[in-house]
Amino acid sequence: MAPILDIKNLKKNYGSTEILKDINVSIEPGDFLVLVGPSGCGKSTLLNCIAGLEPITGGSISIAGQDMTEVSPKDRNIAMVFQSYALYPTMSVAKNITFGMKVRGVDQATQDKKLQEVAAQLQIEQLLNRRPGQLSGGQRQRVAMGRALVRDPALFLFDEPLSNLDAKLRVEMRTEIKKLHQNLNASMVYVTHDQIEAMTLATKIVVMKGGVIQQIGSPAEIYNRPANLFVADFMGSPAMNLIPAKTRANGGATEIVIDRPAAEPLVLKDTQNANLPADVILGLRPEDIAEAGYRSGDNVQTADCMVEMVEPAGADTYVVSHLGGKQVTARLHAETTATPGAALPMAFDLSKVSYFAPETGARLN
Amino acid sequence: MTDMTVTNARSGGLSKIALRWILYILLGIFALYYLMPLFVMLTTSLKSLDEIRTGSLVALPRDVTFDAWRTAWSGACTGIQCEGLQPYFWNSVLIAVPAVMISTLLGAMNGYVVAQWRFKGANIIFSLMLFGCFIPFQVVLLPMATTLGKLGLAGTIPGLIFVHVVYGLGFTTLFFRNYYVTIPQELVKAAKVDGAGFFRIFWSIFLPLSLPIIVVTVIWQFTQIWNDFLFGVSFSQAGTQPITVALNNIVNSTTGVKEYNVDMAAAIIAALPTLLVYVVAGKYFIRGLTAGSVKG
Ligand SMILES: Nc1ncnc2c1ncn2[C@@H]1O[C@H](COP(=O)(O)OP(=O)(O)OP(=O)(O)O)[C@@H](O)[C@H]1O
Ligand SMILES: [Mg+2]
Repeated sequence: MAPILDIKNLKKNYGSTEILKDINVSIEPGDFLVLVGPSGCGKSTLLNCIAGLEPITGGSISIAGQDMTEVSPKDRNIAMVFQSYALYPTMSVAKNITFGMKVRGVDQATQDKKLQEVAAQLQIEQLLNRRPGQLSGGQRQRVAMGRALVRDPALFLFDEPLSNLDAKLRVEMRTEIKKLHQNLNASMVYVTHDQIEAMTLATKIVVMKGGVIQQIGSPAEIYNRPANLFVADFMGSPAMNLIPAKTRANGGATEIVIDRPAAEPLVLKDTQNANLPADVILGLRPEDIAEAGYRSGDNVQTADCMVEMVEPAGADTYVVSHLGGKQVTARLHAETTATPGAALPMAFDLSKVSYFAPETGARLN
Repeated sequence: MTDMTVTNARSGGLSKIALRWILYILLGIFALYYLMPLFVMLTTSLKSLDEIRTGSLVALPRDVTFDAWRTAWSGACTGIQCEGLQPYFWNSVLIAVPAVMISTLLGAMNGYVVAQWRFKGANIIFSLMLFGCFIPFQVVLLPMATTLGKLGLAGTIPGLIFVHVVYGLGFTTLFFRNYYVTIPQELVKAAKVDGAGFFRIFWSIFLPLSLPIIVVTVIWQFTQIWNDFLFGVSFSQAGTQPITVALNNIVNSTTGVKEYNVDMAAAIIAALPTLLVYVVAGKYFIRGLTAGSVKG
């Protein structure tokens, strides 16, 4: 199938500042693409470029197989939901939703029919005569969605649509958006700086930093095989443990040596990765460090570690210890007997390990 | 604001209350000071000439008479004609109403463009317009006279409308621009995605939001244009003079006895429309000056 959105070598400057550098992304019909990255990395700018609201400095954008680089927003066959919702303050909810159709000269009967459909879908029928000022944040959010849904476009664009909602509502709406995506089988580009939102919604994630794409991949790829230190640190909560280590070859395996305060260095033996440089940064997610006996596998190594802190979190208990000059968090089962100040045998699942080059941050394995 | 002062007064001691009263008395004195001339004008206009000559300036009229008002409206002499202020009043209306409407509408559009459709050089153009606000009237008199002559508008009411529109544009643009910059850019973006163009966005989204600032602008412009004397006296001729010029002529051209009561009545008539505008729209004026951001 032809890609629904194809961005090639896109560049965007404001004056002489480069905001977006050589962006290449394409998505298939039905994809839910999430753009994620820290504040100011250019996510909104990229979305505005896709929408045609910002002129681009170089490259090309095509939507549904058509070159849209020079096309104005209204002819791009897109709909957009903005971070501030951007509802028209003097119009009723119904007028807000139908404004686009009215501008395009859609006949009244079709307008009414579509309005009713969308209102039913989003359960905002009883709000149609209100002004945006008379709505709660969550209701405004729905209206903003309604304004986009009624368009039935080739591509939906969302700019942090949930960031103004409180935590509970955000989780609810997240589920609803996901349902909506499945029901409509629509193609979406969704901006967020919330990595959990990115993981739960996306079929494909683009991680950005400073106007440069760091990695493109499925949520699992991004989570399990981050392309560099930035992605490793940014995605996942609590963040991946990134521990400076030395390596030395030992037969077919690699020995990983990690400094510890006031103790012998911790030595782990990785049987799956060879030919590593002498200095690496070892990345291991908290859930890949378990209490000894609770994890088995080919590449699981057990070692005693000094526990510094125990943080019960209901379903799991997080245990913090000190390795390689870094705090290392392990996610243990809730009933663990770990106590601060005591040693605990822990299992390191090296089948999930990532190695990064300390200088470049690039992934090594 | 009010809440705060109330609690302050309550929580403070006696000295606070005393201070407050001193403040009120001072304010009262100032108010009296400002209102005194109006009081004198009003009472004098309702007295007969005899009473003015014999009575005290601040005394209330013994016999209230509206003769002076009648004369001022339709009988007082401005030079050789003796038709009162009436024809000039309508001249002023014919000048002020279109000039206010046109300058407000153009100011709204300019403000909309400068605030929301940032183009290259938008800031420079806006600065130049702002600069236009500060050019003294006297400086533009000669060039304007030449321009009006070239346009064939010299001495006509459309000519005066033109002058006031041009001179008011800087202010109206400033007012609307400052109001519109508080409206989030995303609103325009949303409308663009919805397919609306430049004028559609202006009519459907910005104008309906603008009532407070329209009121401010209309009051400002109306007061300026109605009270203008210099342009009126410079660019009019017999028959197209605005009321301010006629008032001056009535007061200055009376031969023989000076009819203070007629002068006062005429002055009040000339001031009445601006007063009326304030009374009708005053509360929006304050609201408009403080209003701004459009949340949701
Ligand atoms: N009109 C502009 N002129 C100059 N620089 C701009 C302009 N708009 C945005 N920028 C800059 O572009 C960069 C990217 O901005 P953008 O709004 O795309 O960030 P973002 O990733 O959406 O951040 P956030 O998560 O905070 O919304 C920022 O450094 C910002 O300062
Ligand atoms: Mg943003």
